[in-house]
Amino acid sequence: MPASIQHGRSADRSLRIVCPNGHLGFAPIKVGSFHIGCRCEPDLICADSGSCDVGPVPLGADISSSPLQWQVDDLEEMLLASRRLGVPMIVGSAGDTGTNSRVDLFVGIIRELAHKHGLARFRIGYFYSEVEREALRRRIVAGTSVAGLDGRPPLDLATLDATERVVAMAGIHPYIKLLDQGADVIIGGRSSDCAIFAAPAIRRGFPRALAYFYGKVLECASFCAEPYAGKESVLGEITMDDVKITALLPEQRCTVASVAGHAMYERANPFFEHFLGGHIDMGECRYEQYDERTVRLTGPRYVPASELRVKLEGAGKIGERYVGIIGVRDPYTIANIDLVIAWARQQVAERFGNSGYEVHFTVYGRDGILGEREPLRATPAHEVGVIVQGVASTKEVAEEVCMIATRQMFYARLPQVKGTAGGVAFLLDEVMRASPAYRWTLNHTMQIDDPLELFPTFLTEAGA
Amino acid sequence: MAGRRLSEIAKTIRSKNAGVDKITFDVIFPDRATYDRVRATDVLSVAAICRIFGVSAAQITDHVEFDPALAIKFTMYRRMSSGSPGDADIFGSQQYGPLLDIEVPES
Repeated sequence: MPASIQHGRSADRSLRIVCPNGHLGFAPIKVGSFHIGCRCEPDLICADSGSCDVGPVPLGADISSSPLQWQVDDLEEMLLASRRLGVPMIVGSAGDTGTNSRVDLFVGIIRELAHKHGLARFRIGYFYSEVEREALRRRIVAGTSVAGLDGRPPLDLATLDATERVVAMAGIHPYIKLLDQGADVIIGGRSSDCAIFAAPAIRRGFPRALAYFYGKVLECASFCAEPYAGKESVLGEITMDDVKITALLPEQRCTVASVAGHAMYERANPFFEHFLGGHIDMGECRYEQYDERTVRLTGPRYVPASELRVKLEGAGKIGERYVGIIGVRDPYTIANIDLVIAWARQQVAERFGNSGYEVHFTVYGRDGILGEREPLRATPAHEVGVIVQGVASTKEVAEEVCMIATRQMFYARLPQVKGTAGGVAFLLDEVMRASPAYRWTLNHTMQIDDPLELFPTFLTEAGA
Repeated sequence: MAGRRLSEIAKTIRSKNAGVDKITFDVIFPDRATYDRVRATDVLSVAAICRIFGVSAAQITDHVEFDPALAIKFTMYRRMSSGSPGDADIFGSQQYGPLLDIEVPES
């Protein structure tokens, strides 16, 4: 057990949270450090389960990005610890996306686990985050702007019509409401990562600035510690004056460098963290080494928003998708790969015209990962691989688009080519069905009057 | 005078999605002196980044020096939103490659 924890709480009034995983269900919790955390008198066990990192497919198709059993295993670890210790457990953004079906899935898992382990009766609170497309349509028709983020234009009807599913990003409010109602386990719809941790702290009267900052540093679990080790637990403690964060894996430490480094992780700007109702300004934050494995944080500023604007995420289906794979070893063909691709595109166009489908070529070994931003794209490798994607509204057309584009690279007509028995190498003489193609259609905000209006809450019970 | 490569003197060089429409880059240094030395050059200036990636300055949305982490951090718009067909880096996690070989002049 870390020395700082053996010494007990650092203030008479504090709230301790163990965070076992930065994206619950995406890769399994490492249980050793979690069990250490459970011996550190936590007041809650909290984890975020969501991320838009997984791309638009899970939200659009309403699926999770990982196997069900991983989600069950992580929830089982958290639930058994929470019931044994008699402290609440909170999971936000259930099942990657926080859609209603993912919340229901997690609530169902909790019920089954309660039954499996014969747990004493407890209360489950949950809330939904999905937004009806019709509600957004009414706003657009009424002339109320659904404003674009990150350079996107305001939402229009065509984009809305191309959208499959929309979730809103909850703040602390549904979590506080459910805690007030006595929930022992909370399964949240889509929510700001930091709100999951800030909610219980704000409810207990800790300063908002510190509480949100507390959530910000805790939400990715061991990513704020060093050396790098994912899926390990960390312990956070908030007092009226500061936040402390402690690495629990014996091999890890929280250092000023690791915690400050994490504060800027996957954020456009390290000084501001936005959520429903305001933001925190971290420009004046102080990071101090408190003990060997603990960092003490002070100085964030809470800035309430002048109007309540909720963030919306939406995904829309583009079409069914097939994938083909080819390789090229002839240096002349590699040097002229764009001509080969143009030939293949032209063959697709001769069959299907210029619209109603998409075909994409990713040239690994030249600029597959960065595209036109690749500074070395003029000097490709001695061999390249090309991944071909065909997308169309039906799987039959998608398959044929992909097949033409892949196979016609074999027949590309390059004037000087020596190899006249086939211009490319096939890994497989087929194209493969992939997940349907989706895109992010909404990265927007809209004004609401009540921070709970999009997030209906429910209470139920589980256990015997 | 011969310089050293950024990968030899930085502790961490990484990229990652910042939302669905941006990618953010973090270059973190092991000590204050190295951080200050690189800051004093223009090897990670907005102009240098635009040159390396072939983007316009309008594509760079944030560029900050973050003292608590001894880091230079910048953020740019994605070519397309994450996970759209044709995007080959859904997490944005391999976009930092071109930064590794940046030559940092000796001070």
